[in-house]
Amino acid sequence: MSKFLDLEGVEKVFPLPKGKEYVAVTDVNLHIKENEIISIIGHSGCGKSTLLNMIAGLDMATDGGIILDNKEITGPGPERAVVFQNHSLLPWLTVYQNIEMAVKKVMPELSPKELKERVYKFIEMVNLDPAKDKYPGEISGGMKQRVGIARALSIKPKVLLMDEPFGALDSLTRANLQEHLMRIQQNVKNTVIIITHDIDEAVLLSDRVIMMTNGPEATIGEILEVNLERPRDRVSLQHDPEYIRCREAILSFLYEKYAKEDE
Amino acid sequence: MLSLEKLRQIVLPFLVLMVLIPAWSGLAVIVEDFPTPSDTYVAAFGGINSEGDEVIGSLSDPFYIENEDDKGLFWQVLNSLERVFAGFALAIAIGIPVGLLIGMSKNFMTALNPYIQILKPVSPLAWLPLLLMVFQDINATAISTIFITSIWPIIINTALGVKSVNEDYLNVAKVLCFTPLEKVTQIILPVAVPYIFTGMRLSLGIAWLVIVAAEMLTGGIGIGFWIWDEYNNLNYPNIVIGIIIVGVVGYILDMIMGRIADYFDYTKRR
Repeated sequence: MSKFLDLEGVEKVFPLPKGKEYVAVTDVNLHIKENEIISIIGHSGCGKSTLLNMIAGLDMATDGGIILDNKEITGPGPERAVVFQNHSLLPWLTVYQNIEMAVKKVMPELSPKELKERVYKFIEMVNLDPAKDKYPGEISGGMKQRVGIARALSIKPKVLLMDEPFGALDSLTRANLQEHLMRIQQNVKNTVIIITHDIDEAVLLSDRVIMMTNGPEATIGEILEVNLERPRDRVSLQHDPEYIRCREAILSFLYEKYAKEDE
Repeated sequence: MLSLEKLRQIVLPFLVLMVLIPAWSGLAVIVEDFPTPSDTYVAAFGGINSEGDEVIGSLSDPFYIENEDDKGLFWQVLNSLERVFAGFALAIAIGIPVGLLIGMSKNFMTALNPYIQILKPVSPLAWLPLLLMVFQDINATAISTIFITSIWPIIINTALGVKSVNEDYLNVAKVLCFTPLEKVTQIILPVAVPYIFTGMRLSLGIAWLVIVAAEMLTGGIGIGFWIWDEYNNLNYPNIVIGIIIVGVVGYILDMIMGRIADYFDYTKRR
């Protein structure tokens, strides 16, 4: 088993006023295989977003190291595309232009024709052809997030990082986007790390679910293998013993072993 | 066919006018020498005034040129506008880069902010003697006075625009490894442009306020000087005309600036 993305003893300490410090996450060791889909789940404040930001390079680990494809991560880069929770599309650019901007920057060698083809390919991948000339303010939250995914994938990242990508959406739209993501994953393999607080989402989408203990000094509590065949169907899974086992394992972790008092 | 909304927009201000004109007439009765509405009308468009004198209206031929010192109102206003735009252009050229700088750099902000806060409330009339002493020239003095009093809203609003750039957009720039220049042109400027235009709009308003005062003190030509000159000639109705012209031109300038600002504002582009 080759290591693709490797987290070794990762720790993040935030300085507090008056010389104090806050240890957000500590001693995180995780080995992620290529084309694996990982969910990181935990109560709010467990440092899961901090962890993702460190992989993205937007935040630097104060101890330990993160290695992607034999290269240590020292800063942000397009090989680790991020889908942010609030989509972060640039509102002054159309759907097409938002994706084009990213492709243009990361693949400057493309001819104008190749650039156009590539942008269209990813717009089609998320079924957004009719909305391609609309501004983000004119499309729904679910569509915005699809553009966010298309933009992230269009730059051919080695890892796709998703920070509670569907957290701000209603449950039906969320289900729809999960289907989108699974279908894309079926066609084009990607290594994906999803931050979530949704148990069903974690089981449905992932090969492994990483469960985080509560902060401060949060770390990996348990790792759950989800042994479900793909493509997965959310309806029939409801009665699948493996699905039920995974759900129960996460439930028990979050609400028995590491229940959060005030939430 | 006039819509009800259009009608409303015409009728309501007209009703206010019906109150204003009698109030003005009353004021002219109480205050000695205060120009009446009818004398002001005559002074503007020509005719016989209340004293029985034949008057040539100052608006009946705004384009006349008698000599260098005696020109129609159009030329007076044009001259003022030229100075305003010169000072305003200078304020934009320097204000926007300075605003970008202090918006992006905390150090520049800390270093410059006290001076901005102190110089911002200084009246143009306080600058004028100093600048007149420096330049010894009417035009240069008026333009530099406008520059130094109208630059502040541009700096402050530009900096505010830069600061209002969403952290998420900057993260996008980071992930895509934008160069600093790309960050400015592709992320910061699109967000900041509406703020910059708000600053420019405020700045132009100030510039137009300042020109009248500056020209009164520097003399020569210009709408401000014209008003002062009419005061010295005891042509009081013309002062009222001057005030109305300054108001109307200021309103038009603000409207044009507002239109331009909307055009560049992505939140209003649909």
